[in-house]
Amino acid sequence: MSARDEILGRVRSALRDAPAAPQPDRTYRRTSTMSEDARIELLVDRLVDYKAKVQVVGPDQVADRIADLLAGTGDCVVPAGFTAAWLPADNPETGPRIKTDGPESPLALAELDGADAVLTASAAAVAQTGTIILDGSPGQGRRAISLVPDRHICVVEAAGITELLPEALARLDGTRPITMISGPSATSDIELERVEGVHGPRNLEVVIVRSRRA
Amino acid sequence: MSQTFLGMPSLPVFGEGNIHASEPFPAAARRELGNAQLRANLGHATHTIRDKRLKVVAELPDWEQLREAGSTIKQNVMARLPELLEQFEENFTARGGTIHWARDAAEANAIVAGLVRDQGADEVVKIKSMATQEIGLNEYLEEQGIAAFETDLAELIVQLDHDKPSHILVPAIHKNRTEVRDIFLREMPEVDPALTDEPAKLADAARTHLRRKFLTAKVAVSGANFALADSGTLAVVESEGNGRMCLTLPETLITVMGIEKLLPTWQDLEVFMQLLPRSSTGERMNPYTSLWTGVTPGDGPANVHLVLLDNGRSAALADEMGRSALHCIRCSACMNVCPVYERTGGHAYGSTYPGPIGAILSPLLTGIESEENSSLPYASSLCGACYDACPVKINIPDILVHLRGEDVDSKRGKRKLPTQMDAAMQAASWALSSGKRLGLAEKALPLGRLVAGPDRKITRLPGIAAGWTQSRDIPAPPSESFRAWWRKEHGKGPEHQGPDHGTGQDQGTGQDQEKGKP
Repeated sequence: MSARDEILGRVRSALRDAPAAPQPDRTYRRTSTMSEDARIELLVDRLVDYKAKVQVVGPDQVADRIADLLAGTGDCVVPAGFTAAWLPADNPETGPRIKTDGPESPLALAELDGADAVLTASAAAVAQTGTIILDGSPGQGRRAISLVPDRHICVVEAAGITELLPEALARLDGTRPITMISGPSATSDIELERVEGVHGPRNLEVVIVRSRRA
Repeated sequence: MSQTFLGMPSLPVFGEGNIHASEPFPAAARRELGNAQLRANLGHATHTIRDKRLKVVAELPDWEQLREAGSTIKQNVMARLPELLEQFEENFTARGGTIHWARDAAEANAIVAGLVRDQGADEVVKIKSMATQEIGLNEYLEEQGIAAFETDLAELIVQLDHDKPSHILVPAIHKNRTEVRDIFLREMPEVDPALTDEPAKLADAARTHLRRKFLTAKVAVSGANFALADSGTLAVVESEGNGRMCLTLPETLITVMGIEKLLPTWQDLEVFMQLLPRSSTGERMNPYTSLWTGVTPGDGPANVHLVLLDNGRSAALADEMGRSALHCIRCSACMNVCPVYERTGGHAYGSTYPGPIGAILSPLLTGIESEENSSLPYASSLCGACYDACPVKINIPDILVHLRGEDVDSKRGKRKLPTQMDAAMQAASWALSSGKRLGLAEKALPLGRLVAGPDRKITRLPGIAAGWTQSRDIPAPPSESFRAWWRKEHGKGPEHQGPDHGTGQDQGTGQDQEKGKP
C-alpha cells in the first residue's frame, strides 16, 4: 500500500468515533468603520513602533518625496509597472540609477545584492498590526527584489489601508506569492530582546499617500 | 471524496525520532536545576516574553472570540482531516507543486535526502522548523554527506555550539548574550575578534556569516506554519528574513509539514495570523510572513516539494481525549507561563517538544509506553496557566491527567500483584467513603505526631510515599481532627448552619454536603 493510502487509512481509522466538525465561531471583529485619517494615524504609530521611517504625503507630493528619499542613492531597483509619474529621474552620475526588474528582463541576484535600495508599491496594509502586504502585482515585483537590497522604500496608498487584518485578507488572492511585512527585519533570539536588522532589509521607509479629496 | 475505510480499523502507529525522553523527567530536571546560569537566563527570558504577550493581547477587545474561533476551526480540521488532506493535495499539485507522503521520520528523511541528491546538491539552507527537528533531518543528512545550514539566528547559535534547542520559538533561550558572543568568536572564522555582546552586533555578525550561503544555495528546506486546503497555499511566519531568503532564492524548495497543520480556507488565516504572533513573540505581527501556492513562474523556486508527515499524528488523533493536542500552532506561550518549564528549561523534557504542550504531545505521538515518555505527564503542577495562555484553548491540564491515567493503566496491565499505589488507593477509598471510617482513621493522628518528633516535621515517608518527601517535609498532623475540635467547641445542635451541618453525624459525607448546596 502506498504511504499516502496508508496514512489516509490511519487517519480515517483514528476518526472512527466520527467527532463533530463544528462551524467556525466568527464573532471576532471582521469589519471596521474607522476613518481614513484614523487608519493612517494608527498605521503610522505601529510602523514607527517597529522602527520603520514613515512619511504621510498628499497625492500630488509623492514624486517629490520619493525624489528626496532617493537623492544621492546609488543603484535603486524598481519593478516593472511602478507608477511612472512617481519615479524619480535616472541620474547616472549622482544617483539614483534606476534598475528596472521585470518578467522579461530580471536582474541577476548579484545586481540585487549590489543595489542600494528598492522602491515598490504595495497591495494592502493593516493599520492595527502595522503590516504592509505585497502580492507580486505590477509595481510590487517578484519577492526577491524587496528582500535582497538593504533598504526598502514602499509606497502605501490610503485606499489600501484597512484597520483590521480580516478586511485586508478579504481583498487579496491567496494563490499569489504574498509577503506580509511588519517593520524591518528583526530578531528576538538573544535574551528575547528585539533587534532590528538581520537578513531582510534593515531599513524600511514607508510613504503613505492620502486619498484625493473632493 | 472517498469516505470508505481502507481495510479494518487499525491499531495506532506511533512516531519515532527526537520525541522520546531517554531518562525520566525527574532525573533530567534534577540535573538541569543544578545549572544556576540556565535558570537565571530562563527566568529573565520567560518573564520578558510573558509581559510582552499580556500587553499585546490586552490590546484586542476580541481576543477571547479569536481564541474560540481558533479552537473551533481546529476541531473542524481534525474531524475532516482525510477530506482536507485530499483537497489540499489536489490544489497544491494543480499549481505545480509535488506532494510526498511520509509514514514516519525515517521515510521523511529518505525522501528529503533523495530530493537534494536529485538536484546534484551537497548542502541545503534551512529555515527553523519543528518538524525537521522532530525527525532528526540534519543528523540524517549529515550521515548522507549533505550539510544542512540552519539560518535562524537562534538555530545557528545552537548548531554552532553543537547544542540542542531548548525552546520551540527561541531555541537558544538558555544562553545569554555573552555566551552567544563566545560561541561566535569560537566558531565563525571571519568574525571580528573585537565583537561585543550587544545583540545588534551579534545579529550583524550572523548576517555577514550567512549572506553568501543565501545567495548561492540551490536547495532550501523549510517547515510550514499553515497550509490552506481550499487553495493549496503554504505559509511560513518568521522575523529575520532568513525565511524569505530560503523560500525565494534557491531553485528548489522542500517543505516538511505535519498532516495536522491544515486550515480549511483562506479566511481561516485571518484568525491564526492574529493569534500566533501575539502569543509567540508578543508582537502585534511578526516582521515577515510568506505565502506561496505551488510554483509561480518567474518568482521563487521552480521545484516546489512538500513532505506530509504522519510520524504518530494519526495515533494522537485516535486518542479521543488527547487529539486536541494536535490543534497546537507551536506558539510556545504555554512554555513561557509554565512554572515547571521556567525552572527546568527545555532539555529536561528530552523531546523536540518541551514544556506543557510537549508533556502531552510527546507521549501522544510515541505512545505512553515508549521509553521514559510516561514520566512527562507528571511534569506539571496542574496549575492551568498553560490552558489560559493557549491561543487555541487546548486543555493541557485535562490531557495531562488523562495521560497519567493511561500510564497507570498501562503499568497495571503488566503486573500480577497490586502495587503499593493500588493498596493505598484502595485503603483511601475505603476510609473516605464513610464518615464513620474516616473518624476511625483520624484516631491515628497522634501517631503521626509521634513520628514527627519534637521538630514537628516528617522528613521521610516509607515506600512510594517517599517520592512526596523527597523534596519537601510534611508538617506534623494536628493533635485532633477538625471534626473532633468542632464537636468539642460547638457541641451538637440544629442551630448550626453552613457546611458543618453534617458534623458529628456518621452520614456526613461530602456527597451529602454537595446536595445541600443551593
